[in-house]
Amino acid sequence: MIVKNQTISARPLQNNDSFKVFFRIIKMSLKYKWRLFFGIFSIFISSGFSLYIPLLLGDAVDAANNLLGDNSEISSINDSRNHLYFICVLLLISSIGRGTSAMLHVYLGESIGQHIGYELRMLYYEKLQRLSFSYHAGVHTGDLITRGILDVEGIRMFVQTAILRLIFLTTLIGTGTFLMIKTNPTLGLLSLSFVPFVAWKATSARLKLRSNWYALQDKLSALTKTMDENLGGIRVVRAFSAEEFEMKKYKKVSDEALDLSNEQVEIRSSSISLISTSFFISMGIVLLVGGQEVINGNITPGELTQFLAFMSILLDPVRQIGLMINGFARGSASGGRLFAILDLEPNIHDEVDSRDIQVNKGKLEFQNVSFTYEGDNHETIHNVSFKINQGETLGIVGPPGSGKSTIAHLIPRFYDPTEGSILIDDEDIKNFTLESLRHAVCVVEQDTFMFTASIEHNIAYGNPWAPDDRIEKSTHHAQLAEYIERLPEKYKTLVGERGVSLSGGQRQRLSIARSVMLDPNIIIFDDSTAAIDAGTERKIREELKNLTSKTTTIIISHRLSSLMHANKILFLEKGRVVESGNHDELLEINGHYKDLYNLQNQKRGKL
Amino acid sequence: MSIKKFSERSHEIPPKASVVLASNLEEEVFSEEFKGDVIKRFFSYVRPYKKQIIPALIAVIIFTITSISIPLIIKNVFDSSLSGENNNINLLYLFVGGFFLAIIFNFISNYLQELLVGKVAEHVLFDMRTAMYEHLQRVSLSFMDKTESGKLMSRLQGDVAALQEFLHTAVFAIGDFVLIIGIIITMLWLDFRLGLLTMIVIPALLLIRIIWIPYARKAFLRARITSSIVSGALAENINGVRAVQGMTREYVNYDLFDLRAKENLRAALKASKIGVIMLPTVDSLSGIARGIVVIVGGIFVLNGQIETGVMVAFVLFIQRFFDPIRALTMHYNVLQRAMASGERIFEVIDVPVDMTDKEDSIIMDELEPSIEFINVTFGYLPNQPVLKNINFKINPGETIALVGPTGSGKTSTTALVHRFYEIWEGQINIGGVNISDIKLESLGKNVSMVLQEPFLFSGSIIDNIIYSTKNVSYKQVIDAAKAVGVHDYIMELPDKYETQLEQRGENLSIGQRQLISFARALVRDSKIIILDEATANIDSYTEMQIQNALKVLLRGRTAMVIAHRLATIRDADKIIVLQNGEIIEQDTHENLIKNKGLYYSLSSLNYSSFDDIPEDLIKKITDESPGT
Ligand SMILES: Nc1ncnc2c1ncn2[C@@H]1O[C@H](COP(=O)(O)OP(=O)(O)OP(=O)(O)O)[C@@H](O)[C@H]1O
Ligand SMILES: Nc1ncnc2c1ncn2[C@@H]1O[C@H](COP(=O)(O)OP(=O)(O)OP(=O)(O)O)[C@@H](O)[C@H]1O
Ligand SMILES: [Mg+2]
Ligand SMILES: [Mg+2]
Repeated sequence: MIVKNQTISARPLQNNDSFKVFFRIIKMSLKYKWRLFFGIFSIFISSGFSLYIPLLLGDAVDAANNLLGDNSEISSINDSRNHLYFICVLLLISSIGRGTSAMLHVYLGESIGQHIGYELRMLYYEKLQRLSFSYHAGVHTGDLITRGILDVEGIRMFVQTAILRLIFLTTLIGTGTFLMIKTNPTLGLLSLSFVPFVAWKATSARLKLRSNWYALQDKLSALTKTMDENLGGIRVVRAFSAEEFEMKKYKKVSDEALDLSNEQVEIRSSSISLISTSFFISMGIVLLVGGQEVINGNITPGELTQFLAFMSILLDPVRQIGLMINGFARGSASGGRLFAILDLEPNIHDEVDSRDIQVNKGKLEFQNVSFTYEGDNHETIHNVSFKINQGETLGIVGPPGSGKSTIAHLIPRFYDPTEGSILIDDEDIKNFTLESLRHAVCVVEQDTFMFTASIEHNIAYGNPWAPDDRIEKSTHHAQLAEYIERLPEKYKTLVGERGVSLSGGQRQRLSIARSVMLDPNIIIFDDSTAAIDAGTERKIREELKNLTSKTTTIIISHRLSSLMHANKILFLEKGRVVESGNHDELLEINGHYKDLYNLQNQKRGKL
Repeated sequence: MSIKKFSERSHEIPPKASVVLASNLEEEVFSEEFKGDVIKRFFSYVRPYKKQIIPALIAVIIFTITSISIPLIIKNVFDSSLSGENNNINLLYLFVGGFFLAIIFNFISNYLQELLVGKVAEHVLFDMRTAMYEHLQRVSLSFMDKTESGKLMSRLQGDVAALQEFLHTAVFAIGDFVLIIGIIITMLWLDFRLGLLTMIVIPALLLIRIIWIPYARKAFLRARITSSIVSGALAENINGVRAVQGMTREYVNYDLFDLRAKENLRAALKASKIGVIMLPTVDSLSGIARGIVVIVGGIFVLNGQIETGVMVAFVLFIQRFFDPIRALTMHYNVLQRAMASGERIFEVIDVPVDMTDKEDSIIMDELEPSIEFINVTFGYLPNQPVLKNINFKINPGETIALVGPTGSGKTSTTALVHRFYEIWEGQINIGGVNISDIKLESLGKNVSMVLQEPFLFSGSIIDNIIYSTKNVSYKQVIDAAKAVGVHDYIMELPDKYETQLEQRGENLSIGQRQLISFARALVRDSKIIILDEATANIDSYTEMQIQNALKVLLRGRTAMVIAHRLATIRDADKIIVLQNGEIIEQDTHENLIKNKGLYYSLSSLNYSSFDDIPEDLIKKITDESPGT
């Protein structure tokens, strides 16, 4: 059931794809219809006031003139003065009205943007949690983080600044155009002569900017990757005194990103200035032609004035278009990048009719299982079959890269086998829900991952409702309790990122403790005692022996003493089981296992 | 026993869970809260671009002037050439010609201001990120141990991006500012009293600002911090996704993340509210100012103190005056937001670097590779020594083995040789020189390490083996790979040494990763080599081969080896047994046998490996041995 993994940079190359992205973003914002409605409403109110205020001021000048002109008539002076006061009050009211409605629409715009940002974050988080291992192995965390931080922000900014304004500007331009054509069709058409140019320029600039944003966001992803790896591998960097080397690596990517940013500035500057200039040119033409008409007596100066006044209503919207193109381009690039992930379907998921697992026997069986990693050309696991019963232990040994961890990862369905099947209690694991399967099967991973949290939270990671005594018991089993008790803050001690503040062995024991605490039906120890000294390991093993009498256990180890008591041992080489049997049987075969055993039990001085 | 399904428990807040440290650890880490003048600091990043800034400012001024003159020209067209009787077509042509001239200037200056300011802005942003990143390369490991890379990343990317909005709109702010100054001068020139009266609201605006700033600062900072927490939680989840899925934490994490994301939403909305409140404020004030002009101006006109024309001009200007003020007010909000981000950026840049080279630091290349620990005491946390009074000496060319139970301080000892951390007491010498006198970089060149936790970078295998080592030949790479026994495997891959590794080498098995990181250290060919459980994830057979190869490779080098297997240790010139941060025994193999201490007991048991010594026996011996 391997669904071919979708590639990550599924870039919409087609123009209409970018419209799909817009459509999707707009659809998301339509959910906030009241906010949208009031937002647009208040934009109109506020621009109404903005237009009203100059009129009032003009009125005031007239009134003052009146005051001066007719100072012979007292009553008229009073009238005018009262009128002046009246205008003053109106001015105050409309100013406040303008401010309040402007506040409303800015806030509502931001609020829609923030809500959409929130929604996208949740969707993204949810999706990333569900995407399977094979997907995560193929994509850099830096890239995913960049999408989560910068692309969500790109979409949010687009919604916040563009959506409300878009509707407003369209109305404004429509109204202006209508008024102009109605007043004088010839001049109207002349004054709109800039529109085709703006339309063409806006489109071409948007397309250029969009591909620039795509490239830029990709580069920023690369930059995040570099920084992320540097911070994650800081010890290696320090150990090799590679700071300079790392700076060079960073600089290279950073400079490339900077070049793209500068290119963007160029596209933007030229489109912004060209667009408003084209508007002014049409204005100049109107002035010239209109002026001649006035001189020829075809129209009155008043008509031309009015016309130019209508035209200047368009000035601001035209300028804003120049600014908005960039927001559009960024929105569509970011949207494309983010939606590419949101649209991925995890290739490992609950099958239809899957149900919760009910383990009662805990029997585990591999039937001719083969597995190939995505993009690999050879099988990593080849035709592996084995069977273990409840309470039994299976040991797996083999050289590095022989496929031991891969086998471990197939059982909780981190990957699905390419061929063959895995059965628990004689039933294919694909019939179970993932959640219940992963509760029943627990892998103590070879490379431990700790979260930046207290020891307690880390141990309770799989079951945060676990009572304290359960946590303490599992640290006892993992031989960690003594160490924790010595710490001043005990279980509340903070574990640094990935467990940096712990020694290698402590990390592994913590990882054992958190798995043991879950008391799974099947537990797999993937070389999880490599950094633990033999004495401590022996103690852990003894503790677990009592505890796990009913648990089916798989032990992967290079230390034969860890698994020589297993009911069955597989010797793996290049993905194939080359020897199998219990310890004594394997010694009799006189093969690889025997060699390994002899090597580890060489008497002193024979090396 | 099966635990209740998470999906059913969803929406209960689990008692022992959190996504990302929401605590104020981050604030603790950056305890040196940035109190300086953010703007001043900010300008220190702009200053290098003086050459671009000055023409940009000129362009802004020209743009502002042409923008104002365009409507004036139109007005003049009407006043002079279209004013009814004396229609003059030539005058019309003249003015239209002037109009087009203004447009040309407007176009050029508009283009230049956008271009120059935009480019400077981008450069400044990249410079600031580089400064942060470069600084992080130098701060101490103990600082880095405390930080979460996700949150640092949020500063490196998120905060820098948040500054972008501000810088991109800076050009308008400059233009508005120029405009305001021009208008103020004109108004004062037209009529001083009326001009002053108009500006009476400015102090009020400033006063409101002063009251507003602390709230806004807090709100904007809160919005950035919560956003950084969200980014941190996202990053943590992406990094640990295997653990998350392995332990079926998805539902719990989703709910916890939801809490954080909602917190961020609320904080952002609150910041937004605080920001937009300035709009009605400035508009009301401008309403008042307009009212004053209308009334006082009207009365002045009435009293004949000013001419009507002056009042008309005032009315026109006051309109032009408050629009840029309003725009600037909104810019100021953007600026305040940017300040919150700027603060977080400068916090990183200001983390003190406590480990620096002394002035006359010594280059290690000339020193002989001996290592000496003299009464060294060290710990990570105050009052909790991890290593106590450690003394040992390794002569040039010797190999010593560090053994001891888990957590006894082996890795810490080796970290100190490389001066990852500063010691509390005592002294560490290399070649007889205190390591704090040795140039850090030369230390890295001469001490190579195989860390306990193998870490590989994404990129090709060969790039990983060479890493930062200079002048490495292809043959050296192959020799190193052969020595650690990974060459054959690499040659089986389709792209051989050019095979691309995923992040952290995730498409390799752990053992393979360890081998490659081993090869990386060998290629460096340094005088001192430290192997921290370099073969822990490797089978004994491969290990034996490596041991044999190492015998040749380590000749003449000083080596510190940490291992659990006796076979790895036995050939060492000296064996140091650590327990609880103390050396309980150290000597050569022969002497240890003679002394009949712990090592003798272990060896005489004929167990070839610690692995096979029964615990009670170890316990018996450790109890008997003096010094424990
Ligand atoms: N960065 C750190 N911050 C705080 N404590 C630390 C840090 N690194 C190690 N420790 C503590 O110091 C002690 C010694 O750790 P160290 O890593 O030196 O042990 P080790 O001997 O290498 O053990 P192992 O065999 O398990 O790797 C441990 O108790 C550990 O918890
Ligand atoms: N995500 C992956 N993509 C592609 N190939 C992989 C991936 N993970 C592992 N491999 C390859 O599959 C093979 C088996 O790896 P696996 O991790 O199962 O080995 P292992 O037996 O656990 O080794 P070790 O003892 O080193 O842990 C190796 O050759 C490895 O390079
Ligand atoms: Mg493995
Ligand atoms: Mg260690």
